[in-house]
Amino acid sequence: MGSRASSLLREEDIEEIKKETGFSHSQITRLYSRFHSLDKGENGALSREDFQRIPELAINPLGDRIINAFFPEGEDQVNFRGFMRTLAHFRPVEDNEKNKDPNSGEPLNSRNNKLLFAFRLYDLDRDDKISRDELLQVLRMMVGVNISDEQLGSIADRTIQEADTNGDMSISFSEFIKVLEKVDVEQKMSIRFLH
Amino acid sequence: IRRMEDVWPMLRMAFVVLVLLIMLPAMFGLSLGITEAYMKILIKTLEWATLKIQKNSEEKKTLKPSSSNGLIQRDDSSLEKEIVELRRNRPRPVEGGDFALSDVFYFSRRGVESIMEDEVTHRFSSEELASWNLLTRTNNNFHYISLRLTILWGVGVCIRYGILLPLRVTLAAIGISWLVVGTTGVGFLPSCRLKDWLSELVHVMCYRICARGLSATIHYHNRENKPKKGGICVANHTSPIDVVILANDGGYAMVGQVHGGLMGVIQRAMVRACPHIWFERAEMKDRHLVTKRLRDHVNDKNKLPILIFPEGTCINNTSVMMFKKGSFEIGGTIYPVAIKYDPQFGDAFWNSGKYNMVSYLLRMMTSWAIVCNVWYLPPMTQQEGEDAVQFANRVKSAIAHQGGLVDLSWDGGLKRAKVKDTFRQEQQKIYSHMLVRDDSSD
Repeated sequence: MGSRASSLLREEDIEEIKKETGFSHSQITRLYSRFHSLDKGENGALSREDFQRIPELAINPLGDRIINAFFPEGEDQVNFRGFMRTLAHFRPVEDNEKNKDPNSGEPLNSRNNKLLFAFRLYDLDRDDKISRDELLQVLRMMVGVNISDEQLGSIADRTIQEADTNGDMSISFSEFIKVLEKVDVEQKMSIRFLH
Repeated sequence: IRRMEDVWPMLRMAFVVLVLLIMLPAMFGLSLGITEAYMKILIKTLEWATLKIQKNSEEKKTLKPSSSNGLIQRDDSSLEKEIVELRRNRPRPVEGGDFALSDVFYFSRRGVESIMEDEVTHRFSSEELASWNLLTRTNNNFHYISLRLTILWGVGVCIRYGILLPLRVTLAAIGISWLVVGTTGVGFLPSCRLKDWLSELVHVMCYRICARGLSATIHYHNRENKPKKGGICVANHTSPIDVVILANDGGYAMVGQVHGGLMGVIQRAMVRACPHIWFERAEMKDRHLVTKRLRDHVNDKNKLPILIFPEGTCINNTSVMMFKKGSFEIGGTIYPVAIKYDPQFGDAFWNSGKYNMVSYLLRMMTSWAIVCNVWYLPPMTQQEGEDAVQFANRVKSAIAHQGGLVDLSWDGGLKRAKVKDTFRQEQQKIYSHMLVRDDSSD
């Protein structure tokens, strides 16, 4: 009499995900249950429709952009590893982690990677630059019909003007980081687990 | 030397005797204590099983994550508060709208939180149990524990499918046939007090037999608040069995759609004995027609209280979802009722997407038992200056509070339909106000 949902997730997989994302064993099994319950097609992968079925996400103005962050370029299915990798960006940064293995590369939930997640919400065509047009589109998603094109345009212009240091009328990732250097990214882009 | 041929009639005899012993007292509202004895044995067995499982998980030090607790910390801070905090260390621009690149952090965090855990999607599937109750269907997170437990489970299967199921199916069949025959018979009488009394008797008897057919143990609380004639009874909805549970304690006028087949036969028979309200499918679209028919029924103080489930669909009994305002526009006194099932003995929730009616009833009849609490709440009426939606929410809160259920504003219709755009538009509106203030003073 084995269990159903978690028997599809092997111990080796859990260990690998633990190493890659830093989630604990119990957090991974809980999130696997969640993944499984979202996977209505029961094919081991989530589609965009599976995400859109979450009402709280469907009413989020940036819902579609967030969903998009889970799917690599050109794909429309995400497996559990990919799911966890994206969720890992929102893991809180713990102090004892900062001195871990220097060869393992930057952890997925570092300040930099959290900022990268936010940057990619704006960067619609994934060319590592936020153009005026992209900024306008994202702004439009957030405000709906409540602000006119002209006003939105001037907001976009001012934002780019403030951030753009090399004069190419777009915001690169390093310019993005510079603008947000005083923001408490670690706290604002983290989700705390209850156990 | 007993041969199979001799044993079989004896078994049949025992079966018939058992059915009669359960059924006849039930019809008259008495009890021989068979079901009570069964429940006692069941509880003891489940307690033993739970202890075994707990001991085992302690020994193996397997931390079974308790699914009844939340996964992540969620604070309900508002959009405005959080975005203001995000912008804290930045000088506010002189003109041209107040936008910061960091605004997007709020939406992304909220979005990912809802991906990890949300309040709505899990209400449409069965509640997870904290400890196994020896039914395979609830065995989602439990591993093999011990041989003894497995044997007990095996014995349980034999008992449930071999003894309980035939017994229950027989009782249910008797109950329903009695309903059809009895109500048709009563229908021949002219309208008079005797007819009403007999009709109630027939209905209640049938529901009592059906309740025995599910090994249902129902605890009624605050019976002084029981719905009276000319009133409207509203309750939270978990399964079609809710009707049997409530009607065991009194007569109600049912409201529903006309069905074909066996359901149709039952409906037509019932309505001969006393007025129920059945709508054709086309009629249900016309809200005014529906409201008028209900209002006419309610205004006749001789008619039984109508029974309505304002959620409109079955929810998994951990929460109460939005009450549709239609029932609260009829006028008349509302008698709220809270129904809470004990999931330890059997999961009563009907996941209509996953199981059809027949498989659902089969699952019900092969569970251990149905145990539930019914609370009658004091009657409520619409107050001055309160519109139907506010009234509905007030009643919903009262029911949720009494039943220990989570009070949600989400629409039960989200089980199948997409969420309305208006909610997203609300958020966009609030955010827009933060970007561009309408007034120039600041």
